[in-house]
Amino acid sequence: MLNIPCPWCGPRDETEFHYGQEAGVAYPENRDEISDELWAKFVFYRANPKGWHAERWVHSAGCRRWFNVWRNTINHEFGESYKPFEPQPKSPA
Amino acid sequence: MANKRLRTVELPEHPDFLWTQKSPKKSYDAIIVGGGGHGLATAYYLAKLHGMTNIAVLEKGWLGGGNMARNTTIIRSNYLWDESEGIYEHSLKLWEGLQEDVGYEMFFSQRGVMTLAHSVSDVRTKMRNYYANGVADIDSEWLTPAEVKKIAPVVNISDDIRYPVMGATYQPRAGIAKHDWVAWGYAKAAGDMGVDIIQNCEVTGMIIQDGKIQGVQTNQGDILAEKVALVGAGHSSVLAEMAGFQIPIQSRPLQALVSELLEQVLDTVIMSGMVHVYVSQAHKGELVMGAGTDAYNSYAQRGGFHVIEHQLSAAVELFPIFERAHLLRTWGGIVDTTPDASPIVGLTPVENLYLNCGWGTGGFKGTPGSGWVMAHTVATGQPHELNKGFNLNRFKTGHLIDEHGAAGVAH
Repeated sequence: MLNIPCPWCGPRDETEFHYGQEAGVAYPENRDEISDELWAKFVFYRANPKGWHAERWVHSAGCRRWFNVWRNTINHEFGESYKPFEPQPKSPA
Repeated sequence: MANKRLRTVELPEHPDFLWTQKSPKKSYDAIIVGGGGHGLATAYYLAKLHGMTNIAVLEKGWLGGGNMARNTTIIRSNYLWDESEGIYEHSLKLWEGLQEDVGYEMFFSQRGVMTLAHSVSDVRTKMRNYYANGVADIDSEWLTPAEVKKIAPVVNISDDIRYPVMGATYQPRAGIAKHDWVAWGYAKAAGDMGVDIIQNCEVTGMIIQDGKIQGVQTNQGDILAEKVALVGAGHSSVLAEMAGFQIPIQSRPLQALVSELLEQVLDTVIMSGMVHVYVSQAHKGELVMGAGTDAYNSYAQRGGFHVIEHQLSAAVELFPIFERAHLLRTWGGIVDTTPDASPIVGLTPVENLYLNCGWGTGGFKGTPGSGWVMAHTVATGQPHELNKGFNLNRFKTGHLIDEHGAAGVAH
């Protein structure tokens, strides 16, 4: 089980959290004008790297707040976590 | 002392290799990246049906050592939409003659697959599926709880459990096969026709000129090819990135487990999406169980034990007789999930580069059908009627093939 560093509560068991995939995916601008291709990217395409991945979690059974964290998808090691709208720290790689 | 004794023990002869160990040639007509079930099946049908024998299968680890060795071997075709019914039913028909076709024992056993419904809405969804299968001429039956009990006496159909059994769909032609033997059978038959099967050969880059694939870079040197097929399952995103495009795949761990060997108590396959478990009993007697994926992206081939605990508690409620069975072994594979729970099989933005991925949590059943349509796609440069709908473009056009309901277990 993962031990996930919530930036508000500290490290907690994975079962207290829900996963939110890639961090920092913004709702597109110029929504009336963008192509189907860009909509497809926004709706369906998410990063899937082998290695460090900036991702979102929500501490649903704790403080119930969303946050972002770096995690390595090869060995499940965690890097720095950061709150929504905080600048993304550099990848630990 | 121990050493002395060891020396006197004669080791048995190594059994004959089923295929020849080869180093890569400088160039091929086609290269298949990925030596799992789908890659080997692609090679087999390319050689057998399209006469392409100057081809190679490149496997970064050992043959059939990824998801092919990590699944729960369930085979069925009772999906919801026309496209899925088409490809999975074609696959099931190939399974029905596969041992004779390939010339290798695979312990294919049509013992039926039962999918339980546990709520009013669950019953409606499964009924819809059952009628859709009827329209598509796919064998499907609707079972009452009493009929469920008749086929599988170990199921708890009492109404005082959290998710009582309210009915089930049943596909009698569905079943299981012995996964390793399927990989070996395909590999042997392909190898006998002249296909080079190269293990420990990891693709590290793609050679592309003017938007056209020329070959691949590997840890055993560059290998040129007219055509390249990417059949990398959980690693498909990594391969696509080497070729310069992105695919809508998320790689997740999917765990399964077996119990110790037990007397035969279950001679069919039982799935339940709602209580989150699927179970069959292998020929030797171990109970084989699986459930949903772990929540997060991963390439680690392992997941959290709480997921195993969750699926075991579901199993024990449905099958009280399993309560004192011992867990023998658990493992994880990396499954390539798509937004609509359907595979991506077809062309890519790079010319002569083909993609077969996204089989997610249910790829084993698709092995023959997937290889068959992929071979057609590689040989002719065009998708077959059966995989036309499974193109990469559908995420742009919106023509999704939403199989989240029929994919068996919610992930």
